[in-house]
Amino acid sequence: MHREFLMGNEAMAVGALAAGVNVVAGYPGTPSTEVLETAARRRGEGVYVEWSVNEKAALEVAAGAAYAGARALVTMKQVGLNVASDPLMSLSYIGVKGGMVVLVADDPGPISSQTEQDTRTFAAYAKLPILDPSSPSEAYAMMGEAFDLSEELGCPVIVRPTTRVDHGYEDVEVADEGDWTRLDPEGFVRDPSRWVIFPALSVRAHAAIERRDAELAKRLSGYARNTVRQTAGLGARPRLGIATHGISATYVAENLSEKDDVRVLRVATPYPFPEPLAADFLDGLDEVLCVEELDPVIERALIATCGRRGLTVKIRGKLTADIQPSGENTVESVGRAIDNFLGREVADELVPGDPSPRAVPHEPDEPVARPCEEDCLSTEKDLPAPPQLPIRPPVLCAGCPHRASFYAVKRAMRGRKTLFCGDIGCYTLGNAKPLDMVDTCLCMGAGINIAQGVTHVEPDTKAFAFVGDSTFFASGITGVVNAFYNQADMTLVVLDNSTTAMTGHQPHPGTGRTMMGQVVERVSIERVLLAIGLTVVETVDPLDHERAVETVRRVADQPGVKAIIFRSPCVVLAKPQATSVVDAEKCVGCQRCVRELGCPALVPDAATGKVRIDATQCTGCTLCEQICPTHAISGGERL
Amino acid sequence: MSEIARGTNVILAGVGGQGAVLASKLLARAAMGRGLPVKTAETIGMAQRGGSVFSHVRLGEGAASPLVGRGRADAIVAFEPAEAVRQLPFLRQGGMVVTSDVPVVPVSAATGGPAYDLPAIMSYLRDRVGEKSLVIVDAAAAEAELGTARVLNVVLLGAAARAGALGPVTVDDLEAAVRATVSPRFLDLDLRALSIGDSPQFT
Repeated sequence: MHREFLMGNEAMAVGALAAGVNVVAGYPGTPSTEVLETAARRRGEGVYVEWSVNEKAALEVAAGAAYAGARALVTMKQVGLNVASDPLMSLSYIGVKGGMVVLVADDPGPISSQTEQDTRTFAAYAKLPILDPSSPSEAYAMMGEAFDLSEELGCPVIVRPTTRVDHGYEDVEVADEGDWTRLDPEGFVRDPSRWVIFPALSVRAHAAIERRDAELAKRLSGYARNTVRQTAGLGARPRLGIATHGISATYVAENLSEKDDVRVLRVATPYPFPEPLAADFLDGLDEVLCVEELDPVIERALIATCGRRGLTVKIRGKLTADIQPSGENTVESVGRAIDNFLGREVADELVPGDPSPRAVPHEPDEPVARPCEEDCLSTEKDLPAPPQLPIRPPVLCAGCPHRASFYAVKRAMRGRKTLFCGDIGCYTLGNAKPLDMVDTCLCMGAGINIAQGVTHVEPDTKAFAFVGDSTFFASGITGVVNAFYNQADMTLVVLDNSTTAMTGHQPHPGTGRTMMGQVVERVSIERVLLAIGLTVVETVDPLDHERAVETVRRVADQPGVKAIIFRSPCVVLAKPQATSVVDAEKCVGCQRCVRELGCPALVPDAATGKVRIDATQCTGCTLCEQICPTHAISGGERL
Repeated sequence: MSEIARGTNVILAGVGGQGAVLASKLLARAAMGRGLPVKTAETIGMAQRGGSVFSHVRLGEGAASPLVGRGRADAIVAFEPAEAVRQLPFLRQGGMVVTSDVPVVPVSAATGGPAYDLPAIMSYLRDRVGEKSLVIVDAAAAEAELGTARVLNVVLLGAAARAGALGPVTVDDLEAAVRATVSPRFLDLDLRALSIGDSPQFT
């Protein structure tokens, strides 16, 4: 064993490798992405790793490997589990031979997600055991335990970290590579009575699962990570308890001291819920505060435990408004809830009544709240009011080709009745002013058929669906087939920057390389679209502005489903050639570039109104050069 | 909660691209070099695209959570002055702020959002933090001296260590961490960035 400073996601990848994982598949999504990347980087001989086209494909790849007796890991974020839910629900009945771990990263807040869904709830729905780590070290250890449990039970096991565990770093004790488990899978053994799902099999399987989970609830009460601890307060028998889990357990620990007199239950296996342990915990208590993020899973389970066993313990938490019903918990939000629960005096340093207990000082869609409206540094009340702070919503990078693509469509369609459906990726940021080019965004790939649906109601609307290259492969293609087959009238705009940019530049089928480092034949977006039957498929460089505008005008007025592929590399990966400069003599300070493009490299001078270009950000994309009415900007070199 | 030691808690703040995550790794490595346990939490994902970013770094025994609570940070090290103000609710009474004085003005300030009022921000920092707990690094001078703004994160860490804002972590600890992690190509630049605060004109 040795110690390493690891991110939670890295720790889980190393934990899986140490447990002898043979196959790893996944689809990128914050906060889960680094698990698979780390597995690819640190894998030993004979370990296969892939970025699949989406989570459903990834889960099926992992299931196949586990059918063949291998240890398989599949990684995704919580909304990815929705995509993978079809195979997972059935796999719960079919089961596996080799160990299979489904790693699903939840995102309380949410910080980088569409929803705040709780995979603990999903696990109960799918009837699959789930482990809920509270630190990178524990997440590392849980991977091996999850594989063991999966093999023993013959079903997939879910490991569910949350963002603060995924992206928290810690010095973790890990096994030396020489000590990693090595497995030699038996291979797939034909047995239609086991591997082919039919109602008769499902009848048997469901009954067996219910028996297994009832038994497991007892057994998991003895799992060393489900714990009941007592703080060393003055009272011999505490009357109050706190039930918690995951990262929230660390916030509870931050807010308890030796002076407090309280019993703490930490639940590491929310499903099957360790009810006998919970009953021991409840014994003799008057009240329990459940400190949870996302759904009140433990709270409901404790209420059920009390009901079944006839216990009169008051269970408080989200359902009694003692804990915020949504959003991320923080050290201080948990501190306030515990102060209130234990009847402690509120410390001066804390901020009573703070309506926004989020640790993230900022989120994409809303202006940042001004800090220090409460008095944090001092109890004096006559200090100066805080200054107004600039807001920093995330923006498209300087030189981002998506900006040019959106701007070309915007100019081409000025004055027309239009609908711009966006999708999931960096280009969702096209919603920001001044571009303001995203009217809808729902989930991966949805924009295409949403555009179609609107035009059935509003046939006179020019509908556009913007989709990134990775999203196109993940779940856009079936949408195009649907729109084409059903005679939709719309323009598909593929924003092809040849990478999965938002999540940190993962390869996909259009990039011509795999996560194993192989150079492979690219899947051509043009040829896919032509094969579906589209007759108008035009590829254009969005940074060639006039040509891009002309192409949009021409293509959008054709009937049926037609496509424009805006192809230009992601600027984060490309090396800028020469940056643009503004000739201050020629610049008249009209700020058209700033108002139209909103590029972060364009900096207007507060005094003169003239624009300067921040050379550290400019990539020389030349878009501003092309729209400057006085031709004051020059020198850039397009990638 | 003051009866339980919770280690040294530092918040690094800046704008996406300024190297807050790298700086927190460097600080963590420096602390581990001293044998201290370390926990950190970062901003990763959408907020990185030009957004406000922060890292929480907790050094020493007693830290349970990777996040620091409001009013419990011993120091804020900011690569951008408005971001220092944004994180002030996390600072404990008497905590230190080490900040650059060069603003990064967002697009929103030029397109109808709140203006960037640097004088108001700097004077607010002076009033709220107090002169003796505030270290202002002349980032423009440091950039001129080093020929780049890319190592501002290291300049600020050096200044913070020198001011005693990083608890037990010294400039020597940071130097050891730089030597262990930075590629040979950038080593000289990073070492110069770390030591630049020795010249009094920069702070």
